[in-house]
Amino acid sequence: MLDYILRRVLYAFPILLGVNLLTFGLFFMVNTPDDMARIHLGAKHVTQEAIETWKREHGYDKPLFFNAEAQGVAKAADTLFVEKSLKLFLFEFGAADDGRDIAREIQTRMWPSLAIALPTFLVGLLCYVSFALLLAFFRGGALDTGGVVLCVALMSISGLFYVIGGQYLMGKLWNWFPISGYQPGWAAWPFLVMPVIVGLVAGIGDSTRFYRALFLEEIGKDYVRTARAKGLSEPRVLFRHVLGNAMIPILTGVVVVIPRLFLGGLIIESFFGIPGLGSYTIDAIQAQDFAIVRSMVFLGSVLYIIGLVLTDLSYTLVDPRVRLE
Amino acid sequence: MRAAMHGRWTRGWLGVIVAALLAGCSGPVNSPYAPGETERTVLFTAFGERPKHLDPARSYSEDQYLFIGNIYEPPLQYHYLKRPYQLEPLTAAAMPSARFFDAAGRELPADAPAAMVARSEYEIRVRPGIRYQPHPAFARKADGSPRYVPIDPRELAGIRRFQDFAETGTRELTAEDFVYQIRRLAHPRVQSPILGLMSEHIVGLKELAATLAEEAKTLPRDAYLDIGRPAFEGAVVVDRHTYRVRIRGKYPQFLYWLAMPFFSPVPEEAERFYRQPGMAERNFSLDWQPVGTGAFHLAENDPNRVMRLRRNPNFREDFYPSEGEPADAGAGLLADAGKRLPLVDEVVFTLEKEDVPYWNKFLQGYYDASGISSDSFDQAIRIGADGKPDLSPEMRERGIALSVAARPTLWYLGFNMADPVLGGTAERARKLRQAISIAVDYDEFISIFTNGRAERAHGPLPPGIFGHREGAAGINPVVFTWDAERGEARRRDLAEARRLLAEAGYPNGRDTATGKPLTLYFDTMASGPEAKSRLDWYRKQFAKLDIQLVVRSTDYNRFQDKIQKGNAQMFEWGWNADYPDPENFLFLLYGPNAKIQGGGENASNYRNPEFDRLFDQMKNMDNGPERQALIDRMVEIARADAPWVFAFHPRSFGLRHGWVMNAKPNQMAHNALKYRRVEPAARVAYQTRWNRPAWWPLAASGALLVAVVWPALLGYRRRQRATMREAADA
Repeated sequence: MLDYILRRVLYAFPILLGVNLLTFGLFFMVNTPDDMARIHLGAKHVTQEAIETWKREHGYDKPLFFNAEAQGVAKAADTLFVEKSLKLFLFEFGAADDGRDIAREIQTRMWPSLAIALPTFLVGLLCYVSFALLLAFFRGGALDTGGVVLCVALMSISGLFYVIGGQYLMGKLWNWFPISGYQPGWAAWPFLVMPVIVGLVAGIGDSTRFYRALFLEEIGKDYVRTARAKGLSEPRVLFRHVLGNAMIPILTGVVVVIPRLFLGGLIIESFFGIPGLGSYTIDAIQAQDFAIVRSMVFLGSVLYIIGLVLTDLSYTLVDPRVRLE
Repeated sequence: MRAAMHGRWTRGWLGVIVAALLAGCSGPVNSPYAPGETERTVLFTAFGERPKHLDPARSYSEDQYLFIGNIYEPPLQYHYLKRPYQLEPLTAAAMPSARFFDAAGRELPADAPAAMVARSEYEIRVRPGIRYQPHPAFARKADGSPRYVPIDPRELAGIRRFQDFAETGTRELTAEDFVYQIRRLAHPRVQSPILGLMSEHIVGLKELAATLAEEAKTLPRDAYLDIGRPAFEGAVVVDRHTYRVRIRGKYPQFLYWLAMPFFSPVPEEAERFYRQPGMAERNFSLDWQPVGTGAFHLAENDPNRVMRLRRNPNFREDFYPSEGEPADAGAGLLADAGKRLPLVDEVVFTLEKEDVPYWNKFLQGYYDASGISSDSFDQAIRIGADGKPDLSPEMRERGIALSVAARPTLWYLGFNMADPVLGGTAERARKLRQAISIAVDYDEFISIFTNGRAERAHGPLPPGIFGHREGAAGINPVVFTWDAERGEARRRDLAEARRLLAEAGYPNGRDTATGKPLTLYFDTMASGPEAKSRLDWYRKQFAKLDIQLVVRSTDYNRFQDKIQKGNAQMFEWGWNADYPDPENFLFLLYGPNAKIQGGGENASNYRNPEFDRLFDQMKNMDNGPERQALIDRMVEIARADAPWVFAFHPRSFGLRHGWVMNAKPNQMAHNALKYRRVEPAARVAYQTRWNRPAWWPLAASGALLVAVVWPALLGYRRRQRATMREAADA
């Protein structure tokens, strides 16, 4: 298994390099360093000299991929790509264009993101799987039909509607929670409940339908009929056998998400005023802060790869037939 | 033993949770603030995006001035109540006056013509006894040496937040600090946005910038650069409390710049303190941890969540003004006359990116003031039969007050004067521009897209700026006529626009030479579904003249690039005044400022020799009849040449709760927070009344759950009890 993990880690390097190249290429295809300088210097009284100074001070005065004026290795090394992107492999994110340290920002902002994403994920998983099992238990009945109709209805509504509707009902009309905001530490809980509820409700439709479909597929298999024939109760059949055998597809969708919980949610964080990494990324894209964008894309890629490796490992835990060679 | 410990641990956490619940329930349960916080004399407001910079040499936008305008103090400020805007001393002991010198260094009389003046000198006397806020850069050891410069890396390792510095100090503000800040404008790492502009005016600033740039190349990136060493005659210290600024030629607008944060004092100790290794990684820099003499200091700096300004304990004696406009006394704006400032202990700014939660929290009483987004306009404002805005009954019932103020801003539709179809001085092109000026009905635009929150523009000068004329004398005769009976301007008939269009060689929108329909291109940054109606409106305006309009929506970067290179034909643009002087608007049409040749702010690349000559005369004059006459002629030229369709001057609408006092809109002052006062008792009473929780939905949800679960449970039990036959039948 160790060999397998090592091999996956080595595979990760070319993938990350490719992601970096793509991010770099796409970003600079849309924004030239002159554009970035103009954004940061503002709209008034900006001279070309000021633009050149900004580029020089932020290291954007070098060629993108090939430095014809340099000698030897420096032709490739003394370029914007190497200077700005390859240090990411050492997790040196550097400073944002406004001068703030990116690593410090990530360390600070991942906790609020996690404070929302983790309970939403865990409670959501429990609720969605339970609800899906319930529908599977009453399959074909009125409860199942009603549940599916409800799920389809919930899936059809925009995520933004849940946010605004949740804020209106729970925050404004019933006055249960602060409409938006965040406090560090234990004082955070009143600010977290509403976004978590909104996140749960927003995800209930598609997740429940997905899990229900998995369970129904399993319920039709021979081993389930055998279990019933042996006299096992329906809950035991569902929770022990059906759920156990449906774990592989469930884990495929679930484990890969776990590391990326740190990255937070874009809409939820923005509307609820949660100072997490989701809003950090959106702000950086709007401000054309390449330093943050490349760091967050890199981090997202690393976490995604970790998620995939964890998913593979989790298969061995739930299915003894799986071996990682 | 282990079980007992586990029990204690569980009880401990339960205690914490219960305590937290109770703590959260001592006021309205939906309060976003700590218990008891709203009972203090604290002003609660919001900011929409995190400020990029808090360095007075770099910051150049309203969202940054919101903070540093109340922390740093330049030599001058705008009087809070008087209109038109009036400068007065802040940290300066008196209003500085200029001395003029010719090329030979001989002093000239105060009324010397600008052409004779080679150099102006402003001698500024600093008010003695002003002290900086407490700051670790000023902390001293017993032997008088700086406590934290140099800082022991082991000590710095234990410091994570700025508040972790155990010792602070202060010192008196001196003239040296003002001169140091002027030098900082040339600092290559600071990258002041006004360096280019000020290099044209302050003697030797350009040379200083070049010298410092060379020196910086020899130093590591974050190393301390001694900007005080190179010779610089543009700003010199005369004595402990006096400094002198030397300006090229005559530049009376320099006084306005002295009211902006760019010219606030910065102590050199702070720069030395922040430039130490390890500081930047902790976000400790002048860009993020300001050090000023103002009424407030930045007590909490978390731009991701909350920024907290707290009363500066070292703030000098400063008092609420005792005179203002005639109506101010009646409006209660002089009730606090003579009281020591600031009138609140703290100002809490919460990051609120979206309009909807901001508005709802304002209605709940959790923000003391709010703007009005277009989404909430209909809920807040009623437009009366006379066209004047007023509060809706709902707002009145809540005791909310409305304030409306003209903003020193101009929006216009610009023509690129270098364009072969629309540009140039030829009569044909001029008539085409005039025809478009008549056809594009910005009154309609104001009504549809700004909810009436703007004033139609007749020229480049907004209301409140010297030179602006009201009534019949102020209309743009190319586009309007004056209806003396109704006392208002009337847009010229569309037939007149069509006549002009025909005279320009495009009868019915067709080119007489080619017979092809006239197609014009409009560049804009507006795009996406939300901009569609606005862009359709523009198309319709041109369609009135049978002109086909092609909208070229683009992003900010491409748009800037097109304007820079003169590749746009028509575009929409705006200008927000740096200072309330006509020069700051008319320079947008000054030929030498053309974007294409000079990279200046004249985006239309307009050039008219007479206008330029008059501008050179006007810019250095004092306000008076002679200056007004020149401005009138310049405005007349601009209207006739029509390089812009003068669109509108926006008006800002602000709402505030009844417990907020002394809120008079001041579009130029950046330090208005020290005048605000709140009545916390009234605020708490209203918050409690408006935020009573409704618990019935919880009970209803429980009942609904039971209604769903109960039949499910019955169904489950029935199934469990069912025999094989029953199950098969089912």
